[in-house]
Amino acid sequence: MVNSSEILQTIHMFDQQHLDIRTITMGISLLDCAHPDPKAACQKIYDKICRRAENLVAVGQTIEKEFGIPIVNKRVSVTPISLVAAASDTADYVPFAAALDKAAKAVGINFIGGFSALVQKGATQSDLKLIASIPEALATTELVCSSVNVGSTKAGINMDAVAEMGRVIKKTADLTASSGGFGCAKLVVFANAVEDNPFMAGAFHGAGEPECVINVGISGPGVVHHALQQVKGQPFDVVAETIKKTAFRITRMGQLVAREASARLDVPFGIVDLSLAPTPAIGDSVARILEEMGLEVCGTHGTTAALALLNDAVKKGGVMASNHVGGLSGAFIPVSEDEGMIAAAQQGALGLDKLEAMTCVCSVGLDMIAVPGDTSAETLSAIIADEAAIGMVNAKTTAVRLIPAPGKQVGDTVEFGGLLGSAPVIPVHPFSSALFIQRGGRIPAPMQSLKN
Amino acid sequence: MRAVITVAGKDRVGIIANVTQALAKQNVNVLDITQTILPPDFFTMVMLVDAGQASIPFGELADQMAELGQQMGMDIRAQREDTFQAMHRI
Repeated sequence: MVNSSEILQTIHMFDQQHLDIRTITMGISLLDCAHPDPKAACQKIYDKICRRAENLVAVGQTIEKEFGIPIVNKRVSVTPISLVAAASDTADYVPFAAALDKAAKAVGINFIGGFSALVQKGATQSDLKLIASIPEALATTELVCSSVNVGSTKAGINMDAVAEMGRVIKKTADLTASSGGFGCAKLVVFANAVEDNPFMAGAFHGAGEPECVINVGISGPGVVHHALQQVKGQPFDVVAETIKKTAFRITRMGQLVAREASARLDVPFGIVDLSLAPTPAIGDSVARILEEMGLEVCGTHGTTAALALLNDAVKKGGVMASNHVGGLSGAFIPVSEDEGMIAAAQQGALGLDKLEAMTCVCSVGLDMIAVPGDTSAETLSAIIADEAAIGMVNAKTTAVRLIPAPGKQVGDTVEFGGLLGSAPVIPVHPFSSALFIQRGGRIPAPMQSLKN
Repeated sequence: MRAVITVAGKDRVGIIANVTQALAKQNVNVLDITQTILPPDFFTMVMLVDAGQASIPFGELADQMAELGQQMGMDIRAQREDTFQAMHRI
């Protein structure tokens, strides 16, 4: 039997260190919902999601209760809608987003992801229609998340798509100006997007995935922070070892929940995504872990090295705890969703350039960052291009989720509430990248792509 | 099915009696009890129980325990043993 001190340790993790399962995400293939009549296609999409995910929320709640493990979100990811809607005779894809939103509300989930297109090498007619529909789709729905993959190590970077996404982000911010540009918080621009990511806003159910699958995303920055407080002043060997052990324990919770959810829903288990996902709550911050390693404020010199160690140790510790690890797996650094990041940005210690450097060694990219509302579409595109280049060359996933907050200037703060937190507006470079973005075309795939 | 009941809060007369009575009422068998007092009067108890023959679903039992905790002004929770096994045993 597990001894009582171990039991109390686990309970402290749930109670005081914010350990939770961030999400159970059900991936559902919608490939069989294609139909020439868009109305019929939308009905099939709605019906299939409602059928497949009917019990998702109830099962999540039961597991939460029986095992005493908080499960924050229940979500659904679907086949990229540009693939499903391609057969339909319509130019307007907003009704597809509306069908997703309606289905998400009907089954009671928190978010639905997959209003997506994969255009790393070029766009189909359907991809172009989907991208054009994004601003209105995000402005008129609540729970739908959208993502576009614009680059990959194998294909290079589609700079036409990069240019277009800058404009799409601007338009989305304008259409949701009354909520601080909230639509942009539901829109991710990827390079090397993964097909089994359970986290929003970037989740979609890839074409290589099964009919239906359960993926689980874990959390737990607070637990890692607490563990590091016990090894103050010790060398990095000890720091890495401590993080590994903690990540193992956290991931075992994810594996347990994934196994149970999969069995009870009679849906195959896909992966556990062993990401450290922060929240705006005190004591649930990735930035505070980095500071615990000896940095006065997150963003100062040494931050990238600290994050590299953290990201690597999380993976090493977690990988043995689950039989299938996937998704994004690593440490997230969403600024508005991390109490320590918010504080660092407000002090001016954490800027876009440092965040970009950090994305070279963390699990994803420039995430939930508010920039001035008058930032040009070309500048947004150039930021996306830089981030995609990092992903392409390093064969890792990178993403950009920027909010050009309408009417806001550097020093202002945008409030999103809940898990999305609040974002201090941080400066972008004032010099133009317009001619660079106007070139269009494709940046060729790097040497790293020629592995065969 | 085995489960762990944890009880924490300010010490007073009858904690174990109240908890075991509630468990017995639902046909839950106590297998093991560890109890400590952290000075001056913080009571902690960890119980291993068999809820395989319980008269209600385990989720409901967990709710009842939490409710009893509220009535007693303590933190009481019932969780399946798998949670702790998964975290601490390979």
